[in-house]
Amino acid sequence: MTGLPRAAGATFKTEHFSDIRAARQPVGFFEVHAENYMGAGGSAHAELASLRDDYALSIHGVGLSIGSAGPLDREHLARVKALCARHEPDSFSEHLAWSTHDSAYFNDLLPLPYTEETLARVIAHVDEVQTALGRRMLLENPATYVVFAESDIPETVFLEEIARRTGCGLLLDVNNVFVSAVNHQTDARAYLSAFPLERVGEIHLAGHDEAEDANGDKVLIDAHGSPVSDPVWTLYTEVIARTGPVPTLVEWDNDVPSWEVLKREARLAQAVLDAAERKAA
Amino acid sequence: MSVQSVNLALAGSVAAAVALVPLAVSAQGMQKDAEKEKCYGVSLKGQNDCAAGPGTTCAGTSKVDYQGNAWKYVAKGTCTTMKTPGGMGSLEPTKS
Amino acid sequence: MFTDLQRNFSNALLDPDHVVPSGVTARTAAATERFAIYRNNVIVGLVGALRSRFPAVEKIVGVDYFAAVARVFVSGHPPRSPVLLEYGDDFAAFLERFEPAREIPYLPDVARIESARVRAYHAADDTACDASGLVSVAPDRLPATRLILRDAVAVVRSVHPVVTIWAMNSGERPVEEIVNWAGECALIVRPGRDVVVRQIDGGAASFIAALRRGESLGVAVESALADDTDFNTTQAVADLFAHHLVASIETDTAGSIQ
Repeated sequence: MTGLPRAAGATFKTEHFSDIRAARQPVGFFEVHAENYMGAGGSAHAELASLRDDYALSIHGVGLSIGSAGPLDREHLARVKALCARHEPDSFSEHLAWSTHDSAYFNDLLPLPYTEETLARVIAHVDEVQTALGRRMLLENPATYVVFAESDIPETVFLEEIARRTGCGLLLDVNNVFVSAVNHQTDARAYLSAFPLERVGEIHLAGHDEAEDANGDKVLIDAHGSPVSDPVWTLYTEVIARTGPVPTLVEWDNDVPSWEVLKREARLAQAVLDAAERKAA
Repeated sequence: MSVQSVNLALAGSVAAAVALVPLAVSAQGMQKDAEKEKCYGVSLKGQNDCAAGPGTTCAGTSKVDYQGNAWKYVAKGTCTTMKTPGGMGSLEPTKS
Repeated sequence: MFTDLQRNFSNALLDPDHVVPSGVTARTAAATERFAIYRNNVIVGLVGALRSRFPAVEKIVGVDYFAAVARVFVSGHPPRSPVLLEYGDDFAAFLERFEPAREIPYLPDVARIESARVRAYHAADDTACDASGLVSVAPDRLPATRLILRDAVAVVRSVHPVVTIWAMNSGERPVEEIVNWAGECALIVRPGRDVVVRQIDGGAASFIAALRRGESLGVAVESALADDTDFNTTQAVADLFAHHLVASIETDTAGSIQ
C-alpha cells in the first residue's frame, strides 16, 4: 500500500542526526513533518537526503488542512509536491483535521463534524491532493477533545467512505484512538473493530499526557512527549494480531529524549511486529 | 566625494581587491574557511513540531490583557546585567 | 454551515472572550473546558515556535516575559502560512513598536540577528563565485555592475553593541556588563552548513546592505562612504570574495558571470 517496509520506524529529529549516522540503526524507516523541510536548502534538506540514502522515508504533512471548509491552499500544496519530488518519500500522509481558516494558520489539528456535507468536502480535498502529487496518500484519524452535535456519521465510517471513494489509504493512530475514546467515554476496542483495517498503510504510536477536568474525569492530551502508554501497546498488539505486520511509527515531538530512548520505543514496536510474523509463519 | 570621483576610484579599488583575493575559490577552500570560522547555532530545530498538544490547558484560558496600558510583566533575564548607559529606561531610537 | 462553524471556531481560538461555537460539545466536561485545550495548543504551539527562533531574546527578558510578549504577538499576528520556519519574520518590528519593551532598546536588533540566522539556516544551497568575473569588466562599467549576494547573507546594523549582546545570550560569551557601549553591526552568513555571525564595521555593513537590496556597486560604495568616510572600498570588495558572499556578478548589459 505504501513503499514503507513492514517494520518499526521512528520520528526523525535533527538533534539525533549524528547519533543516527554513527551506525546502522535497527529501524525500518524515518518520518518527518513536511513543513519543517520547506526552506530552500541548508542542513535540513542535507540531513534528509543523507538519511534517504539508507532508510525508507515517510513525509507526514501537518499543514494541508484537508478538513477545511474552504479551498485548499494551492501554494502550500505546490510546496508539498516539490518536497515529494525532491526527496521521493515512500509514503505521504496527512490528517483528517483542519488548521487554516481565512489564511490564518493555527498550528493545531482541529476537529470537524462528520456529516454528508463535510464528507463531500474532505473527499474533494483528498482527490485534489492525490491528483496534484500523482500518488496515493494516507489519511490519519485524529485525537479529539470535543464532539459536534451535528455529527451523524461515525468516524470509522467517515474514514472508510473517504478511502473507498478516493482510493487513499488510512493511517491508524492507535494513541489517537485511545485518547479520543477516553475523552469521549467511548470504547476504543469497539472503534478498532469497526475500523477498516484492510485500508491501513501505516500505524502511529505516541505518548499522551493525562489531566483531570473540573468534574474529576480523566482527559488525555495527544502530547507526543512521553513513552507509549501500556493500554496503547495492548491495543496495538491486538490490531497487529488481526492485520499482521504493518509499518509502525513511534512519534516523539515534544521534550524529545535521547536517540537511545526513542530507539528503544521503536524496538518495542518491532518486537510486536516480529511476534506477529512468527505466528503467521 | 562626487559620484564621478567615486566611480573613478572604484576602478582602482576593484583592481586592487581582485589582486588581494585568490581567484579560484575551490570547494575545498570554502570548507576550510567554514571550519576556521567560529560557527554559531548548529542546533536550530524544526519549527513545525508543535502540532501535537503541549499538554496543559492554562495558557489558552487566560486573557491577553495587554491593551497598551496594562502590562504586568517585568523583564528578569540577562537584561538586568546588561544595563544600557542610560539605564533600563533608555529610550534611544534604534537604527537598523 | 461548515464555513460558519470554522469561522466561529477560528475566532474563538485566539480570543478567550469569544463564546465557544454552538454545536461544539463534550460528553463529560463543559464544552468550554474542552475547547480550552485547542486554545492552549494553538497559543503554546505558536509561542513555542517563536521561542525556538528567538532564544537570545528569551534569555534577555526571561521566560515569563517572553511568553507574555509572544502571546500578544501571536494573538495579533497568527501565521499566514503553515511553514513555521518563516514565522516571526516581523517579530523584531513588532518588538520595536511594543511600548513595554522600549526599556530594552536593543531587543529588536537582537531579534533581527536571530531572525536572519534561521533564514540563513534554510537558505538556498548556492555556491560562491570568485572575483575573476570582475577582471573582464571595463572600468566604466564597474559602477553599474551588480554583485549578487548569496541567499543566506544578511546584515543587521545597530546603535547598540548588538553582536556582543547576542553572543552573550547565545552561550558564546559570558554575560557581563558592557563597559564600552557602542554600536555594532552583524554579518550573517552560511559558508557551509553552519550559520556564522560576524561583527563588521559600519561602512562594510552599509556596503553589504546596499548590495543585498540589489543596488549597483557604485551606489553601494556611495552609501558606505556616506556612513563612514574612512570606508575602504578595496578591502570591502576583497572581503566579499574572501568570505564567499558573492553568488554571481551581473554587468549592466552582459548578464550574469558565474
